[in-house]
Amino acid sequence: MARRAHIILSGTTAQVQKVKAAFLESLDEFGLTDEVDVLEAAEMTVSPRGVEAVVYPDVVHYVQLTPQDAPTIVEEHLYKGRPVGELIYEEQIVEPLEAPSTKEVRVVLRNVGKINPERIDDYIAEDGYAALGKVLTEMSPEDVIAEIKRSGLRGRGGAGFPTWLKWTFARQSSADEKYVICNGDEGDPGAFMNRRVLEGDPHAVIEGMAIAAYAIGASQGYFYVRAEYPIAIRMLRIALAQARDYGLLGESIFGTDFGFDLEVRMGAGAFVCGEETALMQSIEGKRGQPRTRPPYPATSGLWDKPTNINNVETYANVPQILLKGGEWFASMGTEKSKGTKTFAIAGKVARTGLIEVPLGITVREIVYDVGGGVLNDKAFKAVQTGGPMGGCIPEQYLDMSVDYETLAEVGSIMGSGGFVVMDEETCMVDIARFFIDFAQEESCGKCVPCRVGTRKMLETLNRICGGEGKPGDIETLETLGQYVTLGSLCGLGQGAPNPVLSTIEHFREEYEAHIYDKRCPAKVCRALIKYEIDPVTCIGCTRCARNCPVSCITGAPREVHVIDQDICIRCGICAQVCPVDAVSVE
Amino acid sequence: MEEVLAITDKVVDKYGGDPESLVEVLREVNDKSGYLSREHLARIAERLSQPLSKVYGVASFYSLINLEPLGQHVIRFCQDAPCHIVGGREVWEALEKELGIPFGETTLDGQWSLLTTSCIGACAVGPVMMVDDDIHGNLTPEKVRDIIADYREQDERATATAVQGGQV
Repeated sequence: MARRAHIILSGTTAQVQKVKAAFLESLDEFGLTDEVDVLEAAEMTVSPRGVEAVVYPDVVHYVQLTPQDAPTIVEEHLYKGRPVGELIYEEQIVEPLEAPSTKEVRVVLRNVGKINPERIDDYIAEDGYAALGKVLTEMSPEDVIAEIKRSGLRGRGGAGFPTWLKWTFARQSSADEKYVICNGDEGDPGAFMNRRVLEGDPHAVIEGMAIAAYAIGASQGYFYVRAEYPIAIRMLRIALAQARDYGLLGESIFGTDFGFDLEVRMGAGAFVCGEETALMQSIEGKRGQPRTRPPYPATSGLWDKPTNINNVETYANVPQILLKGGEWFASMGTEKSKGTKTFAIAGKVARTGLIEVPLGITVREIVYDVGGGVLNDKAFKAVQTGGPMGGCIPEQYLDMSVDYETLAEVGSIMGSGGFVVMDEETCMVDIARFFIDFAQEESCGKCVPCRVGTRKMLETLNRICGGEGKPGDIETLETLGQYVTLGSLCGLGQGAPNPVLSTIEHFREEYEAHIYDKRCPAKVCRALIKYEIDPVTCIGCTRCARNCPVSCITGAPREVHVIDQDICIRCGICAQVCPVDAVSVE
Repeated sequence: MEEVLAITDKVVDKYGGDPESLVEVLREVNDKSGYLSREHLARIAERLSQPLSKVYGVASFYSLINLEPLGQHVIRFCQDAPCHIVGGREVWEALEKELGIPFGETTLDGQWSLLTTSCIGACAVGPVMMVDDDIHGNLTPEKVRDIIADYREQDERATATAVQGGQV
């Protein structure tokens, strides 16, 4: 049913539930239940302020809502048509979701935030399942694969393998049973594109999987979603039940002899399960450890049957390609990287969040035009793409094209779409240490170079950041990095040294400053910095001394204060509380 | 012990005793019981006809499956780079100081467990943490103290109500 208004709520789950219940109650009271819809969304803005609500189509943004505010908003705004002034948030204008930043093109995200993911009718109203209908009634599996080939779609999980080729291999494998799997184990730090697609438009992924199943000749599929995404799992389960009700899953779909159904499997907290062979081990109830390839899943995958495994975003593109044609999709992007890509922008950037842009856009356009520039107008230092297996792209490449090939040329990868912006206050050695720490923790332990090598690299980086770096450490990291890359079975180990190697390549002088000058240029590594009070500026207010957690600051009131460097733990609190900015960090 | 058997059996039955449902079974029993004791693991092994060593191997592989009891509230703080560069270190320290325990431990009164987690996909509002099932974003040391105080207050109120109602 068409609604005249939508209220989209965001905030922490428990609080949102209470406010939502209050809204539903007062809407009922005013007889507006059929006219106004209340939806839950993930976080919408840069700074969530308690429970927030945006009322569409007016785009009025309310903040700090309590259940008591709901009757007021319903009566005044929705019943009488007068937005409630005192609850409106004015500092920041929420753009209507239909009009994203002009550089954005929404294909995968076209419905996210616009439709109610809990209602299949909303999806159908946006041409949902039309592609599946067309495919099943008008196209042969070969036609489908040919259309995907024309589109140039490549795997959005990171590696960028041509989707049509993967499907062709699975189609050509003969077996009594085949499977399709959707990899929703989005674990890259800094990446949350798949979460939003699953939460906001689950049917698009289901439809894409059904089309893939038809193309390769499978009748059963699995969603593998990480347990850290409870809302995504809930939305998927609702969507699957509704699709079954409508006969869009199950036996003889659209009256044809094609039958297909899907099950959701949850992860249990293991990053490596995003690797396709490990993922299948996990579905089979085992430790999620990768195995050698070949055989590839297309010939021997889940339960040794031919299996097609794609990422959430790849499947979400499929229905649109079949509806609008491969040429339409191929008209976006570069020669080898077609279509759009979603990115999760995070870090030191003015506007964080999810974007979708045509491939071939420049890094500068993403950071400055879409992301609104570096936070607080600090200097741009680098952007980290591709998650923990990716690399850092420095300033001199700001104008490079964002596509699979160019990213690889500068030592990074597309990955799943993490895009972490770093400014002058980010220490690249420290960042490399964080990523290698992640990799060594998530290493499944099967390959020694990955298990031990990442550990040794971490120890070396810990020493460098701790002020005990030695000449030769950089070379050791480079050599070890190569061994780990060469000696590991799966993408985790092969890519783990990447953040270290790429920061050494582009920011070698920062490593050298840590090792030889015992200096952290970004003033992050605590063993390499010290806080000092400028005797001229200090007014002797005693505030720093009173707030120092280790009482290392001495000085009488109205006299110059001094920090005892031997006791100081470099927490920086003195600098934060000083009213005259007399504390400097060296 | 009887409770252990009852919870475990119920979950195993739900999955039809299928050995391939091992990961699902472990996670679900874990969610219901808070953690998996040796008794849980032994029962699961028995019911799914799997060696205990394999069941333990799988259980210890996945980070969301606990092999030790956790506190009443579990804080999972994101330790990944995107949260780190927007001020995660200061929040990390504030958490340890506020609860008086290092990461990986549970307070002596059994109220709080302080754990790290991998990315929970809320990087746009980092630093983030989960307290039980709720995500809190844009954290600062002050905000962390407020959030913990809120939970403590709620717990006290709940205890007071329970005492009034004669339930304790």
